[in-house]
Amino acid sequence: MKNTALTKTHEALGAKMVPFAGYNMPVQYEGVNIEHQTVRQGVGVFDVSHMGEFLIEGDQALNLIQKVSSNDASKLTIGKAQYSCLPNDHGGIVDDLIIYKIKDETYLLVVNASNIEKDWNWILSKNDVGAEMKNLSEDYSLLAIQGPKAIEAMQSLTSHDLAAIKFYNFVVGDFAGIENVIISATGYTGSGGFEIYCKNTEVKQVWDNVFKAGADYGIKPIGLAARDTLRLEMGYCLYGNDIDDTTSPIEAGLSWITKFTKDFTNSEALKAEKERGSERKLIAFELDERGIPRHDYDIVDANGNKIGVVTSGTMSPSLGKGIGLGYVPTVFADVNSKIYIQIRKKAIPATVVKLPFYK
Amino acid sequence: MNIPSELKYTKDHEWVKINDDVVTIGITDFAQSELGDIVYVEVETLDETLEAEEVFGTVEAVKTVSDLFLPVSGEIIEFNETLEDEPEKVNSDPYGEGWMIKVKCSDVSQIEGLMSADDYKSLIGG
Repeated sequence: MKNTALTKTHEALGAKMVPFAGYNMPVQYEGVNIEHQTVRQGVGVFDVSHMGEFLIEGDQALNLIQKVSSNDASKLTIGKAQYSCLPNDHGGIVDDLIIYKIKDETYLLVVNASNIEKDWNWILSKNDVGAEMKNLSEDYSLLAIQGPKAIEAMQSLTSHDLAAIKFYNFVVGDFAGIENVIISATGYTGSGGFEIYCKNTEVKQVWDNVFKAGADYGIKPIGLAARDTLRLEMGYCLYGNDIDDTTSPIEAGLSWITKFTKDFTNSEALKAEKERGSERKLIAFELDERGIPRHDYDIVDANGNKIGVVTSGTMSPSLGKGIGLGYVPTVFADVNSKIYIQIRKKAIPATVVKLPFYK
Repeated sequence: MNIPSELKYTKDHEWVKINDDVVTIGITDFAQSELGDIVYVEVETLDETLEAEEVFGTVEAVKTVSDLFLPVSGEIIEFNETLEDEPEKVNSDPYGEGWMIKVKCSDVSQIEGLMSADDYKSLIGG
């Protein structure tokens, strides 16, 4: 089991620690509901240093990235980031990721912790163009400072104007007394804020200063449990649940990051799928009655026939009702379609809705 | 960890309060703290007669679903309906307002097989 540079800090705060993607991670501190509300209404901090970071450099860097990623990285300018995915050769997804253009011929790829080795080997196998690859995952930490008060609470820590950093833009600069920190206006909560990349040796200083600066704003540490309820209320896909090696980006609703302006892994098959329409789709649903949908519960039709599977589900802390994502045949995928979620012995009626759940 | 001495306990982390042949059942302070924020308590066995160890309901926290096992055989005569709208009472007051069901025992001798507060304390490593 690996630790992040802040594991002892979390333990000292009384966090409940769980193994996640090979790391000993804080799942909650005070309680998932209060942590969820803290991010929705104030500001909270997640240690997500388990995430992987790869540096791709050289005159072939963009060429390699364009080959392996579904989004069009040629649109990136310095200081911009892009959500993307790595399609595999048979219609599925190796991982989803964020690509940062740090400078000309230098890109940072941020990947899921559970997929670091798989992604590295995958990209390496496609690197017949000679791009330089470095795996920085073991050296870099990542803090997500999220919530509507994040900008105001963190402004005193940097000379950069945080309010001026647009969504999916970033700056490299000073933060909390550390130089060359990536301050990125990204996140996995839908409540605004930043993600801060720094070295493991620097992250304790950053963490401590973030809590000092945020004290007047009621800043709290937030665990992985609230990270999941927050992302699910927005309908953000979680790799391993909603997308995986067997789900195509088209059926997962990721057409918006699948750009046929260039060739990439399996792009011809994905283009054909997009043109003829997917047989199934990832839908968002709300339960019409009490109950909580969970990963792997069956989705059934009015006659009780299985039509699909729930990929993510929870009791939405903001909405106070059961919400979820799951795959169903396209005929059931229209908004307002009626489906049923099999919860133990009962089929609970549910309605297909538009994302996000939380507006 | 709060373990009231006047109650009986089970290895499944339930407490049992005895009043003649009617027992009140809930989950322990330890159980609620392990589960975290409880968001749903489902009991669909009201008015049914079940054997000891059978599942009488389900308690759901944000990340987990746990079955609730009946400590003693009997008829489920009451469900704490407050929990339908305020399941968080199980967290805030597990031995009081967070009680779950009342059972009319069909075999009161089973009560003697339950754990004492001291035994339960050793079970959870207190």
